[in-house]
Amino acid sequence: MKTEKEFVKGNEALALGALKAGMNAYFAYPITPSSEIPETLAREFRSPEYPEFKTFLQAASELEAINMVIGAASTGAKVMTATSGPGFSLKQEGISYGAAMELPFLVVDVNRAGPGLGNLGPEQSDYFQATKGGGHGGYRNIVLAPNSVQEMASFPGLGFSLAFRHRCPVVILADAFLGQLKEDIVFPKIVQERFETPWAATGARGAERHVIASLNLDLEDQSKHTEHLLSKYEGIDTTEQRSEGYMTSDAEVVLVAYGVVSRLCRRAVNELRAKGVKAGLFRPVTLSPFPAKELKALSERGTKRFVVVELNMGQMVFDVRLAIEGKGSVDFIHRVGGLLPASSDIVRRVEMISR
Amino acid sequence: MTTLQGKTAEYEIKLGRLPTLTGKPTHYCAGCEHGVLTRLVANAIEELGVREKTVLVDSVGCSVFAHDYINTDAVQAPHGRAPAVMSGIKRVRPDLLVFAVQGDGDAASIGLLELVYAANRGEPITVFLVNNAIYGMTGGQMAPTTPTGMVTTTTPRGRDLRDTGPPLDATKLLAGLEGPSYVKRVLLPIAPTGSSELYSARGSLEGAKSVINAFKVQQMGGFSFVEFISTCSVNWKMTILDSKRYASEVLTKIFPPGLYKDKLGIEKR
Repeated sequence: MKTEKEFVKGNEALALGALKAGMNAYFAYPITPSSEIPETLAREFRSPEYPEFKTFLQAASELEAINMVIGAASTGAKVMTATSGPGFSLKQEGISYGAAMELPFLVVDVNRAGPGLGNLGPEQSDYFQATKGGGHGGYRNIVLAPNSVQEMASFPGLGFSLAFRHRCPVVILADAFLGQLKEDIVFPKIVQERFETPWAATGARGAERHVIASLNLDLEDQSKHTEHLLSKYEGIDTTEQRSEGYMTSDAEVVLVAYGVVSRLCRRAVNELRAKGVKAGLFRPVTLSPFPAKELKALSERGTKRFVVVELNMGQMVFDVRLAIEGKGSVDFIHRVGGLLPASSDIVRRVEMISR
Repeated sequence: MTTLQGKTAEYEIKLGRLPTLTGKPTHYCAGCEHGVLTRLVANAIEELGVREKTVLVDSVGCSVFAHDYINTDAVQAPHGRAPAVMSGIKRVRPDLLVFAVQGDGDAASIGLLELVYAANRGEPITVFLVNNAIYGMTGGQMAPTTPTGMVTTTTPRGRDLRDTGPPLDATKLLAGLEGPSYVKRVLLPIAPTGSSELYSARGSLEGAKSVINAFKVQQMGGFSFVEFISTCSVNWKMTILDSKRYASEVLTKIFPPGLYKDKLGIEKR
């Protein structure tokens, strides 16, 4: 059977991917460069192709949107919202409540340049906000970082699975480049993965009622709840680290990059190899939990030089340093303001560092 | 010896224990209308027979523990966001009855946008606003509904409209929108009758009717909102009876009770 390829934009792929994963509801506020997501979903709303897609609603604000997500998620629905940097900041309140109340939902951040309004070019400067909690109180999100339009289409399904399996918000951290990039992809098949939601608030029909709340005025109760969250996060850390390696087995210098930058770095690795430099690429797929085990294994196997390439002032670089526990050097290459480094720039810098 | 539990039991024998109430004694202060409204809501849920298909959304403020007393499924919203959370629930589960008890700060200050937009969309949900003109839970700070001149911990020389503007009238604001189906304001506390010994409990009767009507409007697909003028004797620094008098004589001048909107004619049915 011939597989049918489609030439689509990242944001559109993500929206359709979410529908093919059986999304029930979408609430969001438009923001460039993520607006093709609500536009695509508005177009597909009430289409017979997606009978599970029951609700599309443009909210009055990012706050309203994330709280609609909380409401829908409380009933056990598969629900998603999407935004970009400034909107992602506003959503942190709701994400904190979602983490506290152990609600499964998807938040997409198509990272643009910042801080403030910044511009509409790609950055990876929301890494801290996405991976280190971001809102008030202590919690961790699962964070997925696609690096292709194909993954923009397939990660919503993966995100829903992880969110329901672990009962926590999942962030898909893309960037302005991936959102706008057009590539040939094959859409994942429509799946109607059903998740058990015995905890949902849907009316206490003949059963014990469910109260989904985050207030624990009793200090012992809150302590117990926070310890429960911590042990859940430790479990996630053990089972959900995902990464990809490229030519790492004999690499003396390993580039570490995610998202669109990992594509540029793969090309840089090829160029470096052609020049005789034993280079490789390590690409985190989950930014949280950070794939520290595999990275550490590389350093233990003999790679002594790591070069982190990020579109920010240096955020993931800290996680890389922690992961390799001083067993190698960690250098940092960056580009900010919405610009991408050329692979030739990366090659030149790596050559300088390796010398 | 009569224990508290014994007294509660006695009360329940007289008035009938409702499955919609958990039976837990409330944390509300003596004289507070939150307790009255809890009972009215429970009565209405019983009368409509909808306990098993109701989801209560807690707001933040004195009503944050509403789920401790009302025995239905519940979801706790962040401060001010109850109408958004309710919208999310209702959109994916239109079969459920969804309501919140919000305070004046929650609904008319930090959550005004969420309230106005849910109302404007005509979201089939119900909001009960307890307007006691002050922040009770946080200890007596100015509310959006604090009357000009009232002393609070953040207006120690009295609320000055040059600084903070006049009190905000949420009922009037919502009644001016196309979306809502039912907008009403009720004086909930007992009210002086003229005789120094006698107080009228007409507010509770009016309140009971309004709560049921609000739920019925939701069942008919409309957005319903009832504001209950209430008291906070503790933070107003008044005796309970003085606070009842103040609500009835001062607050009703700023916030006149009445039926502001009834698109479906529920009160005439």
